[in-house]
Order: sequence, then C-alpha cells, then structure tokens
Amino acid sequence: MYRVRYWSIRNAWWLSHLYRLWENFLVALHPVWQWIGYHRVEKVLEPVEGVVKGFLFDTHSCGQCTLGSTGMACPMNCPKNLRNGPCGGVRADGSCEIKPEMTCVWVSAWEGSRKMRDGEQAIQVIQPPLDERSRGSSSWLNTVRQRVQEQSAGNNAV
Amino acid sequence: MQFDDEPLTGENLPILEGHCSPGRFERVLRAGAFAVTAEIAPPDSADPHAVYERASVFDGYVDAINATDGSGANCHMSSVGMCSLLTRRGYSMVMQVSCRDRNRIAIQGDVLGASAMGVSNVLCLTGDGVQSGDHPQAKPVFDLDCMTSLEILRGMRDQSQFLSGRAISHPPQVFLGAAANPFAPPYDFRPLRLAKKVAAGAQFVQTQYCFDIDMMKTYMQQVVDQGLHEKVFILAGVGPLASARSAEWIRSNVAGVHIPDAIINRLRGAQDQAQEGVNVCVDMINQLRELEGVKGVHIMAYRQEHRVAEIVEKTGVLQGRVPWHPAIGSHTPQEQPTENAP
Repeated sequence: MYRVRYWSIRNAWWLSHLYRLWENFLVALHPVWQWIGYHRVEKVLEPVEGVVKGFLFDTHSCGQCTLGSTGMACPMNCPKNLRNGPCGGVRADGSCEIKPEMTCVWVSAWEGSRKMRDGEQAIQVIQPPLDERSRGSSSWLNTVRQRVQEQSAGNNAV
Repeated sequence: MQFDDEPLTGENLPILEGHCSPGRFERVLRAGAFAVTAEIAPPDSADPHAVYERASVFDGYVDAINATDGSGANCHMSSVGMCSLLTRRGYSMVMQVSCRDRNRIAIQGDVLGASAMGVSNVLCLTGDGVQSGDHPQAKPVFDLDCMTSLEILRGMRDQSQFLSGRAISHPPQVFLGAAANPFAPPYDFRPLRLAKKVAAGAQFVQTQYCFDIDMMKTYMQQVVDQGLHEKVFILAGVGPLASARSAEWIRSNVAGVHIPDAIINRLRGAQDQAQEGVNVCVDMINQLRELEGVKGVHIMAYRQEHRVAEIVEKTGVLQGRVPWHPAIGSHTPQEQPTENAP
C-alpha cells in the first residue's frame, strides 16, 4: 500500500538532488513566470506538483513543503500532522500508533534524512506551524517566490 | 518546605533573578533539590470537591501536580478548570496543554487565562490521537504541535507578544515543559528530539513511564553527551503497576509504554501483586536518581494515587523535605494586601 512512498525514502539521496536541480531551474525561470503571471502558472503547476509528489510521496498539497527537511517523508501523512518529529506513541516495531499498518512517518523521515546531504541537520530545524491559507497552492512556486524575494533582499542589503 | 518570602495561600511567590515563573516548582528545581511531581486524574464531574480530594492525597509529598488535558483522548474536566481550582488553594500546578483539541487561538488564550489564575508551569504536549479515546468521531485539531506551541508560549512570555505579533500587556510568566519518550522508536533520534524541544523553549521535561533502566541509561548518556542535562531539568516518569495483568494490558493498549517481560514476570511471581508494583516503582526511582542528569521523578499512579505517598516515603528522595501543601498554610502576613480586602 505504501510501497512507492517507502521506495522514495530509500532513494531520498538522489531524489533530493533531483529536486534541488528542479528548484534551481524554476528559480531561473522567474522572469518567465512573472511575464506569464504567477497565478496562471499556478493553475498548471499545482496539479502537476500534486500528481508527481502525490505519486512519489503521498503528499497532501499543504503548500509549505518540508520534504527536504524530513528525509522525503511527507509529515502530513502523520495522523497528527506533526511537522517537528515523532510523537511518543510510536509502536516498538516502528509503526504508527493510530495507523498500525503504516510505518511512522517520522521513523521514515529519520531513515531518509540520514541518507540525504545535511539531512541530519535539516531535520533539527524547527518548522513553523502550517499556514492554513496556503493549502492547495503550489509549494514549488511558493519556494521560487520566497527565494527570489530573499535574493532581492540580499541584493538590496549589498 | 517553605520559602522565606512565602505569600498568602493561593498567591504566587516573587520571581527571583534568573527565574521566569513565580512558582514553587521552578524554585525547587533551581535550588538543586530532587523534585517530585505527580499526575492528578481529572474527575468526570463538575464538583470542585472531587478535585480538592484528589489533590489532597499528594499533600506533603509532591512539588507540583500535573493536570492532564483529556489524556488518552477521553473527556474529563479540563486542565484549565482543574488548575484554576487548585491554584486558588495554593497548589503548584503543571497545566498540560495538548494540541489535539484546540487551535493556536484557543491555546494562547487559555495560557493567558491560566497564568492569570496562578498557573506557573505549562507542559506542552502533542496529545493522543482521538482514535484512542471515547470520542473517536471527533475532529482532531493539531493546528500546532508540541514544538510550535513551546515556541509560541516562549514568545508570549519573553517577547510579550502573540504569534500574530500583537502585544501582550502583561505576559504569562510560566515555566515551560515538554514530554519525552526515550522508549519509542526511532530511538537514536529521541535525544535529538529533546534537543529540538530545548531549542524551542522547554525548561523541564517529564518522560514517559520508565520500566527499562538500561534503555533509560542509554538515552541519558546521549543526553549528557550533548550537554542537554545542563539546559533542561529532566524528571523521569515512573508509576506503580497494579498487577501483571494490568501491566500486560497497558503494554498492548497504551501507545508508547514499554514494559519488559522481566517486570511482568516479577509481578506475576509475587503474592501481593499491587504491593510488588509499588516495590518495582521504588526500585526504579532508586536507580533513576543515581543517573546523571535526572533531576526528579514524575509519578503517574493512575487509579493508585493513594500509593504515591508510600512510594515517595520508601525512596526517601525528599531527604526530609516536606513540599508545601495547604495544611502548612502560609506566613501570617504583616498586613492584609488590599486585593484580599472585602
């Protein structure tokens, strides 16, 4: 049932590399997105993101993707939506307290993180609470906008 | 145990330099004493006397009482309600705040209200899933998790502002706590998770039931190696098991509780299993207090609250100290404070 998701965890190293390239590509195309209009691109990209990430990671389109900090395990699959680590209810075999047929998302996240470059540091970053308003939006584009904003803020500072 | 600046019953102590709360619990820990806390079972009743009676069994044996917040996802009197009643009598309360039933608006509001009612300690928990309780049809909230609620409450206290950035005119002066479970996978991630909680604002930690001293030793070694024991007060969770049968039931039905076979066999071999459960608990405390970094114990004696006094007595962890309780009362004030005037 969770076969593809577990495969993605085992392959977290190269999947995260692939994603990094993809993200850089999207950031490089920022002028194009701006020319077309982000809201138009969103209409196309959000469903694509939903299908691709939904297939690979069973993601939930929260709009604030943390896969890069959670070993490629989507924390929204945790029945408690925990974005900062496992609860105390994990069963001795590593399965979820609420869904015993599923490996705890955070057991997977820890496994994936150790395969990723800087994964063990990334998992230690405290994730802010989810902004409910961004549910259903494209996390890819949200990241692009954020990075472009950071870049321009950096340039202004210089 | 009374402090020199003990106020009227029901009022908080002055906040000392370097402390963040006006509570006794923080004082005891920072004074270097081995602290004892216990958990009170909230009644399924609106009768305040049910709460007072349940608290009084701990009188003279514990430094603070945890008021659970719908533990096991079962409906009981709220932790805010319990704390409001008991702080009026002067008890030092640890208000448990679970993220299961309330969103960020409700949690921040409750903590302000609780602090106004005299609560000095707040324990941030994620909470059990609704599936394990008596209302499995309920909508689980989980707007925050224990980590983000710790951060938000610390911001309320230290920056005097809500998560939204809006200012708070009088911040809630609370000592912040979290839970830890060294006995559930992923084991090697657990000490890192504690570090994350400390970074988020946890000042004390109460662990899940410890029935496996070797696992606890391994965990504490990693905690000490990271230097975390100097940043957070760790209280090890313990509790008396009523019988071998109940231990087996807990092991298979309560999420996150690890009980080794050796403990269950020890109970089964005893003539008086409940008494043996107390003995196991006493032995565990005696081993835990020897571990570097363990600054106290948290006794969870569900439905066996009357045995807490015996357990504390037998271990001698208080070393002759008698924690404050209402019967000790308070110093006769020099003059009646105006707010108490009729």
